[in-house]
Amino acid sequence: MSKAVLMQGNEAAVEGAIAAGMRIFAGYPITPSTEIAEQSALRLPQVGGRFIQMEDEISSIAAVLGASVAGVKAMTATSGPGFSLMQENLGYGAMAEIPCVIVDVQRAGPSTGLPTSPAQGDYMQARWGTHGDHPVIALSPSSVLETFYLMVRAFNLSEKYRTPVIFLMDEIVGHMREGVELPNPSSLIINHRRPSFHDGANKQCYYVPEGQLVPAMKPFGRGERYNITGLAHDESGFPTNNTQVAGKLVSRLLAKVEEHTDDIVRVEEYAMDDAETAVVCFGGTTRAVMSAILEARAAGKKVGMFRPITVWPFPEQQLKARLPQLKNILMVEHNHGQMLLEVQRVTGGATPVSFLGKVDGTVITPAEILAKLQEMEV
Amino acid sequence: MSNRYEMRFAGSGGQGVILASVIMAEAAVIAGLNTVQSQAYGPEARGGVSKAETVVSREKIWYSKVTLPNFLLALTQASLNTYTKTLAEGAVVMMDDSLDCPDYLDKSRVIAIPILRTAKEKVGKAFTANIVAVGAINAALQLFTDEELMEAVKRHIPAGTEEINKTALAAGKELIDPAAAAAFVHRLG
Amino acid sequence: MPSDLIHLYMRIDHLPHIWCPGCGNGVIMRDVAVALDEIINDTDNDIDRDDIVIVSGIGCSSRAAGYLDFNSIHTTHGRAIAFATGIKMANPKLHVIVLTGDGDCSAIGGNHLIHAARRNLGLTVICFNNDIYGMTGGQYSPTTPTGDKATTAPYGNLDRPFDIALLAAGAGASFAARGDVFHARETTEIIKKAILHKGFSLVDVYSVCPTYYGRKNKKGDAVEMLKWQRDNLIPMSRFNVMTPEDMAGKKPIGILAENDFPEYTEEYAKLIERCRNKNRK
Repeated sequence: MSKAVLMQGNEAAVEGAIAAGMRIFAGYPITPSTEIAEQSALRLPQVGGRFIQMEDEISSIAAVLGASVAGVKAMTATSGPGFSLMQENLGYGAMAEIPCVIVDVQRAGPSTGLPTSPAQGDYMQARWGTHGDHPVIALSPSSVLETFYLMVRAFNLSEKYRTPVIFLMDEIVGHMREGVELPNPSSLIINHRRPSFHDGANKQCYYVPEGQLVPAMKPFGRGERYNITGLAHDESGFPTNNTQVAGKLVSRLLAKVEEHTDDIVRVEEYAMDDAETAVVCFGGTTRAVMSAILEARAAGKKVGMFRPITVWPFPEQQLKARLPQLKNILMVEHNHGQMLLEVQRVTGGATPVSFLGKVDGTVITPAEILAKLQEMEV
Repeated sequence: MSNRYEMRFAGSGGQGVILASVIMAEAAVIAGLNTVQSQAYGPEARGGVSKAETVVSREKIWYSKVTLPNFLLALTQASLNTYTKTLAEGAVVMMDDSLDCPDYLDKSRVIAIPILRTAKEKVGKAFTANIVAVGAINAALQLFTDEELMEAVKRHIPAGTEEINKTALAAGKELIDPAAAAAFVHRLG
Repeated sequence: MPSDLIHLYMRIDHLPHIWCPGCGNGVIMRDVAVALDEIINDTDNDIDRDDIVIVSGIGCSSRAAGYLDFNSIHTTHGRAIAFATGIKMANPKLHVIVLTGDGDCSAIGGNHLIHAARRNLGLTVICFNNDIYGMTGGQYSPTTPTGDKATTAPYGNLDRPFDIALLAAGAGASFAARGDVFHARETTEIIKKAILHKGFSLVDVYSVCPTYYGRKNKKGDAVEMLKWQRDNLIPMSRFNVMTPEDMAGKKPIGILAENDFPEYTEEYAKLIERCRNKNRK
């Protein structure tokens, strides 16, 4: 008998988070993410963690940020409407450099939209939802098992770069069940919270040593009193109106992610070595794309798949490296063309980019992708 | 996609067709097969049309949804009428015998059995209809061993309900005439 | 001695504070510092200074978090109680004190206030209630009395005001009290009791804003406003023996609700224990 068990994507997100050390979940139920709250409520007390159902999504992310400040890895989960409500405090997390993970199981919008139908319409919201210039790391899984491993990575990146990480799922993966065999937790690499301030005389809580970009983090209540604010602040953590200090702070926040894309960005490629056409996709859409590519390859067509696993920052260098061999690109996503804009930006008009998207709540099928490739004369 | 076996389970919300689909998928996992299970339902947890899908294969499954089902379970007239319009060639349709079978279906591929009545009268609990169905489905298709199926059921029922579910599973199996089942047995490619 | 208190509990580098001359907020901040000083120095309490976390939102009141030398977090508008909820859930050992204002906690943050009260999570909320939005220049708040003027109520306020202490009590707070700037000693005692109370506690402290609320409504200078508090906000012990005629137009200060309800994180600790025992079996 196989050791694998049938598990839903939303459940795997919780198991991955617990394996990564998540011990506080604060959330508000919303389809199609609700199973994440339910599973957290069931599992967290079993491992000494705590679950709290908040009064709304605004307080959910606020409680998550508070828990993280107090030294416990924390997560919330929502869908588009709730993700919109979280945006202000998402920016607070970026500004005050508070690690946490925010799961958005995307559903069809705008507004209340089609609550149980799949979509990927929050791709740009994940990048630009909160006001002001800020760093964003967003990851998107395409299978149940990947959801588990990628969630561990989400927490690790969040801790390493002291920034909220957006876990951009979709209804397809969130509600899909697959057989998975979860690894022994001891086999996973986990980034634990750095235990103290940087060594040396400078004890300021946002002190960043020369040549580094991320300040060490110390939880409240462990011996050193400091201040946290969402206002522009200096290294001591107190508000400042000094424009030079404020400008330097925002630049450093952006540089934390921009200068570490080698570490942060991951893509998956399939059959790209000799591909003349690349189908770009992410998340649950990948499933239909892969089925279509296997059929196209069987018919002798030189089609490959390029899938950003890290969807923000967009894998610019990785796609650029493929451009010389490509005759054209097909972007497939469950929205009206959001990642498409990034692909077009990277290609700069040099490679023709076609688009296949859906906003009616139905799933893009392999047949539709094959038809589109036909239309592109691939 | 010839090595995929696509199953669709349809009924009204609350009949447990999603759980039937989940149990078949769990049995596939236990049997060491690849499977993807998914569902579509309205925003509410009760009422409305409910549709669940299980894809089983010896190979990696990419596309997670059913396009042309090889098997359909229908527990309501609406779902029977809707989902018999798109079926794979030679697909098996299992329906509750209280429903009217559409004329266009090949009767030799239709299994009309008293799933709802058996649950209510023989097992004694209407809510066991999905487990009765699962027992009947596997007796016809013989995708999994009885042990694999029972283990799958156990993983998805509340503690303390093993006996009634065992009874339901057996009652479902009895609805299928072993001799007639030979025509429906599916061997995965 | 005030100067010792300042050196011990305030961040000297960040003073003087930004509050206007005559503002009551400094008095409330001092009350909080005195209360904490007495709590920390009373060994019976076994409360370490580093176990105290000050959380604030946005508004005049919320600057107090930066002046008090404790672990402090100045959060977003209205969300201080929600941040505090996460802090307390993550580390129930911490004493989490929310410094907020009437707008911060009963307008934009009203939902968080009533739900924290309902859960009886062990937080202490001190509301610096000045009946106005001071930071943005004098707009009416949920506690501005009906008919009073504000920049957004140039013809007089049509809204009916909240009584924040009663609102919290109505939402199930196990401790709800009212204090004011004039009765600083009484208010400090109330704040002390609130901090030591197991469960959710709220003290609605009436501040004075001569700059915006006072000037708009011809209430006189800070001294006049404090005299009004002296004459109209009456300590409970005196209020309770007043004749109905004398009570008219006056409000008691003191503890309005005090109950021994189960505290949320303690209940959660029991839940964890239950789950672990079940796992062991």
